[in-house]
Formats: sequence, structure tokens, C-alpha cells
Amino acid sequence: MSTVQIGFARAAARLMARDLRIALRRSGDSLLPLGFFLVVTTLFPLALDPELSLLRDIAPAALWVGALLSSLLALDLLFRDDGQDGTLEQLALCGQPFAGLLLAKTAVHWLLTGLPLVLVAPLAGIALGAPYGAMPGILAALLLGTVALSLIGAVGAGLTMSLKHNGSLLALLVLPLAVPVLIFGARATALAIAGEDLSAPLYLLGAIVVLAATLVPWALAAAVRIGLE
Amino acid sequence: MAWVWFHRFGSPPHFYRLATRLGPWFGWSALLLCLAGLIGGLVLAPADYQQGDGFRIIYVHAPSAWLSLMVYVVMASSAAVGLIWRMNVAHAVAASCAPIGASFTAVALLTGMLWGRPMWGTYWEWDPRLTSELLLLFLYLGYMGLRNSIDDLGRADRASGLLAIVGVVNVPIIHYSVIWWNSLHQAPSVMKFGRPTMPASMLLPLLAMLAGFTCYFVALLLTRARAEVLRRERSAHWIAAALAAPAGSGTGTGAGSAGEVPA
Amino acid sequence: MMKFLAMGGYALYVWPSYALTVLAVILNILWARSALRTARQEALRRLAAARPASTMSYEVGT
Repeated sequence: MSTVQIGFARAAARLMARDLRIALRRSGDSLLPLGFFLVVTTLFPLALDPELSLLRDIAPAALWVGALLSSLLALDLLFRDDGQDGTLEQLALCGQPFAGLLLAKTAVHWLLTGLPLVLVAPLAGIALGAPYGAMPGILAALLLGTVALSLIGAVGAGLTMSLKHNGSLLALLVLPLAVPVLIFGARATALAIAGEDLSAPLYLLGAIVVLAATLVPWALAAAVRIGLE
Repeated sequence: MAWVWFHRFGSPPHFYRLATRLGPWFGWSALLLCLAGLIGGLVLAPADYQQGDGFRIIYVHAPSAWLSLMVYVVMASSAAVGLIWRMNVAHAVAASCAPIGASFTAVALLTGMLWGRPMWGTYWEWDPRLTSELLLLFLYLGYMGLRNSIDDLGRADRASGLLAIVGVVNVPIIHYSVIWWNSLHQAPSVMKFGRPTMPASMLLPLLAMLAGFTCYFVALLLTRARAEVLRRERSAHWIAAALAAPAGSGTGTGAGSAGEVPA
Repeated sequence: MMKFLAMGGYALYVWPSYALTVLAVILNILWARSALRTARQEALRRLAAARPASTMSYEVGT
């Protein structure tokens, strides 16, 4: 049986288009993490006396805990369906670089679950009392942070994909690696809200993203292969 | 030539016999070194001019912290060996490391808290060293949790091995955190390049404790690794002979080796 | 002797630390030995199950 070999770029593009089509068909799945993020961040002003200055102090924490929890929730979507119906096996066997294809899948996953978070964050920030001037900083930090969380979380998802009821184990696995993102991201957001220069934590976040983007594909491919055995 | 040695070491019956023979040596050495360290540290060493007798916690805190890091590196390295060379013995070693490492990470954190309270005025601070050591505990727990939740032993070995390798990035962060950031925790005075900055009367017992704890870990590791190797072994021939052997049943520690009778 | 136990006033912190460490050391020894014992018994059981009709020259009891 001969197959027509296409280049990796075309293969990845087709895979991403397919994933997007499927996700948009079942938009409920992708909107769930976003809804969760909004609920979590609005719970804080409801639970606290909505004294604006106090809210502003906890805004970074609320935004980032919300982002982390919602990305954990979203990770379930990444490999579940494709792992069960055999698509992942086909991807592993099709001759294209597996690590690259998985990176493409993770990218689509971020587009569907991380990017909406970033776009909605200014609203959540305003609800938490952040000044308008802080918005660019908040956006930048969350942009880098959600990418990092998607990459790191993907490895955890790959390791646990064949397990049932893996939610809490996934959180336990992802947490140690995600905490630096949380720390630097919250620090950057706090500096943005205070109106100070936030380049230091942003650079560190950027460094984490670069490191993750370099190392995660290989770890991810190894993890998924183990999971497919 | 080294490869022959390497692959013989990876052969389960050879490893089992070697572990059985070597265990007691490490166990007794651990006992002697720790006794010397404790006498030197608790009795002979003078009180610190700043911390008084409170500094003596270092003789249990520093070795525990050392174990927590070293054991993780051993775990991640043997996991890597197991993944690359598909060596069951290496996976057995990695699996054996986790409970030991997790226990002593907890001990390091708790003794650190007990030391921090009188010296810094607080049990806990979310500073880089303490936070990353806590994350190390989570890594150990995650490793053990992942292992337990996968039924197939081979798959459990490989998945948890990958996790161990991914998590090893935390180890240099823990060690260098006190240098890179302004931390509440003091900078390293022993494990650094250049001469240590502690007087000999305090340093020598500490080195003895560090060496003693290391020997203790090796003895424990050999015991657990023997158990793990037995779990992974399918072919019966060498097991029957090894388990029937009357000698060398020592489980590798000095304390109370009289309890273990050959099955 | 009392001076030794008092640890210059830090006894409340020093001795619990040592006790905790000793406890961890002992518990780990017991845990490891129990793991080895269990593994041995399992292995012998697997052996016995694999050769039920043999002369059991390896019968060493459990």
C-alpha cells in the first residue's frame, strides 16, 4: 500500500484544521473552561466585601488561580477523544514527526482554551478593580502564562491519558511544574496593577515558554507513546 | 570493558546477589558514621555564637535535605537508564527511591520548620528554597501516585520514569534558589565551590552525618530494589536458588538484622 | 546532663527534630524490610504455582 507523502507543514495544518472543526462543532466543550474562569474570578468579589482596594490586591492571585484551574479542567479535552477512538495511534504511525503533530494539537488546544481566557481577562480584571492602565501588562502576562500552562499541562495529560478518574492525579503532576508560571505571572500582574515596570517577570515567563516549547514536544511524544501501548 | 560490567549489573540475578551481599556493609557503615556524627554534633561541637545550641538541628536537617535531592537525582538517572536501555533493574532502582526520597523531603521540611521558628521567627515563608522543596515533595508524591494508578508494571515504570526525568529540573532550582534570589534560607556553606565556611569542629560531624545518611540510603535502596526486582522477574530459575540460600539474608541495615530469617 | 537536655533553651525545637528524624529512619527500615518480605513470599508463591507437580525440592516454607 503506497501513500502519498506530504510535507510536515501541510500535515500539521490539516491536523489543526480538523481539530478546530471538531471543536467548533462541539463548542460546549471548549467554552466550559472559559465559563469556569469567569465564575472563579467573579466569586472573589462576591465572597469578599467588594472594597475595591482590597480586590485590587488579590486580583493577580484570583486571575492566575482561575487561569491555572481552568487550564487543568481543559486538559481533559486534549487527548481523551482522540486517544479513545484510535486517532492518536494513527498519528503515531503515519510517518510524520509525532512530536510535531502533538505540538500542533497542543497549539489548537491553546487557541480554544487559553486564548479566550486572555481575551476575557481584561473584563475579569476590571471586575476585580484593576486600573485600565494595567490591561496591556495583564494581557501580556496571561498570554505567555496560558501558553506555558498548555504546554506543561499537555505532558501531564499525556502521562495520565489512559487512566480513568485522572483529574486529581493530573493536578498533582502538573502543579509542581506549573507553580513557577503562577509565581511569575502573578508577580507580573501585580506590578502591572501597581503601574510599575513588569519586564523582569515577563522575561522570565518568556524564558519558561521558550524552554517549554523546546522540551515539551519530545516529552509529550514519549508520554503519549507510553500511554498508547 | 565498562559495558560488560554495566550489563552484568543490569542482570537481575547478579544484581540481587550483589545487593544481598553489599547491604549489610552499607548498613553498618551508616550506623557507625551516624553515631560518630551525633556524638560530634550533639556533645563535642561548641555552641554557635549566634544560634546557641539551636544550630544542632543542622545535624538532622541538612542530611535529610541532602537525601531529598540526591535520591531524586538517583531516581531520575535510573529512570533514564531504564528507559534508554530498557533495563528492568534500573526501573526497580527508580521505584525503590521514591518512598525514601519522599519521607526525607518531609523530614527536611518539618525539621526546617522547627529550626526556622526560633531563628527566623516563623515556621514557614513562601520563599524560593522552601517553596521548591515543597514542590519536590509533590513531585515524589505524584511519581508514586502515577505508579500506583497504572496496573501494568512495565507501563507504570515507563510513565513514572518520564515524570521523574521531567521533574529533575526542580533539583538545581532548589539548590541554587538561595543564590539566585534573596531568600530567608541561608546560602550554602558546605556544598559549594571553594572551601567550606564552617569551623572543623562543627563541620566534621556534619560530614559524618551526610556520609552516614548516604550509606543508610544505599542500604535501604538495595533492600527495596531486591523486592522490586523480584516483582519484575518472570523466569523462575534464579529466584528459587536465590531465595533458598541461607546466607546473606541481611536486609542491609545494622539495626536489628537478627529479625530477618530466610524464607 | 540537664544542660545537655536543655540545649541552651532550644530543647523544644531540637529534640522533636531529632525524634522526627529517628522515627523516619526506623519507619523506612521497617517499610523496606516488609516490602522485601512480601516480594519474597509472592515470588515463592508464583514459583509454587508454576510447578505444582514437581518434587518441591525448593520447598522452603513461607
